[in-house]
Amino acid sequence: MFAKLSAGVAVICLLSAPALAQGAAKPTDPQIAHIAYTAGQLDIEAAKQALANKEVRDFADDMVRDHTEVNKQALALVKKLNVKPEDNDTSRGLTKQAAAKRDELAKLDGAAFDKAYVANEVAYHKTVNGALENTLIPSASNGELKSLLQTGLKIFQGHEQHAEHVASDLK
Amino acid sequence: MVPGRIGLTAFLLTGLLSVSARAETIQVTIDKLAFEPAEVNAKVGDTIEWVNKDALVHTATATNGDWNVNIAPKQSASVVLKKAGAADYFCKFHPNMKGRVTVAP
Repeated sequence: MFAKLSAGVAVICLLSAPALAQGAAKPTDPQIAHIAYTAGQLDIEAAKQALANKEVRDFADDMVRDHTEVNKQALALVKKLNVKPEDNDTSRGLTKQAAAKRDELAKLDGAAFDKAYVANEVAYHKTVNGALENTLIPSASNGELKSLLQTGLKIFQGHEQHAEHVASDLK
Repeated sequence: MVPGRIGLTAFLLTGLLSVSARAETIQVTIDKLAFEPAEVNAKVGDTIEWVNKDALVHTATATNGDWNVNIAPKQSASVVLKKAGAADYFCKFHPNMKGRVTVAP
């Protein structure tokens, strides 16, 4: 448990340091769109790793379903606004961190995997929600993009609570 | 006013009143992850109908386990209230969505 906790904390630190809290650099709308989309895709990929426990499996299915829908709306919006999502340090940082986490999870099986996956889901949603709240939403200049991010934040806050609930059931 | 019309109106009113005294359907809208209104008052026998305007699946799940309704995206689903008392409920997928139904006997 301690190792897992510190892993979660490490992920938050790594993400929030170079990736998500870029200090003064205010992301542009094309960058924000790319970050939000990437964050969703990464969580879908995380959910696709094999899972044993039914409750965890159901949670992962919920993540795939919701993030697929939100990203569908995000793609429709960037198309409508004629914005080309732009790769940037934050989305690259998220992708790199998620790849490392996937490799780490791939070495685990069964109950150990489930616990680590769910603990990471709590940490990951916390990090992304913090970024949405403190950086992405305040930085978004287009009203429709801002509104989609705000709805996204509510959804992902729901996921964070759901993940916390699943985590407490696994204890 | 033709007497016949008064009679008809009275008949219609009686009909409406007796229906409302029997059982009502109370609508709760789900929009952008919020139950609206979040709190409703009902009576035993009434129906709560959730109208989901979101593109996501939601649930209305009573914390006491009495009922659990899945509401598909852009669809409605309902539950008939069988027990008096106050029931808090939430969405299983997004537990930050909360509502409350107070059911009079």
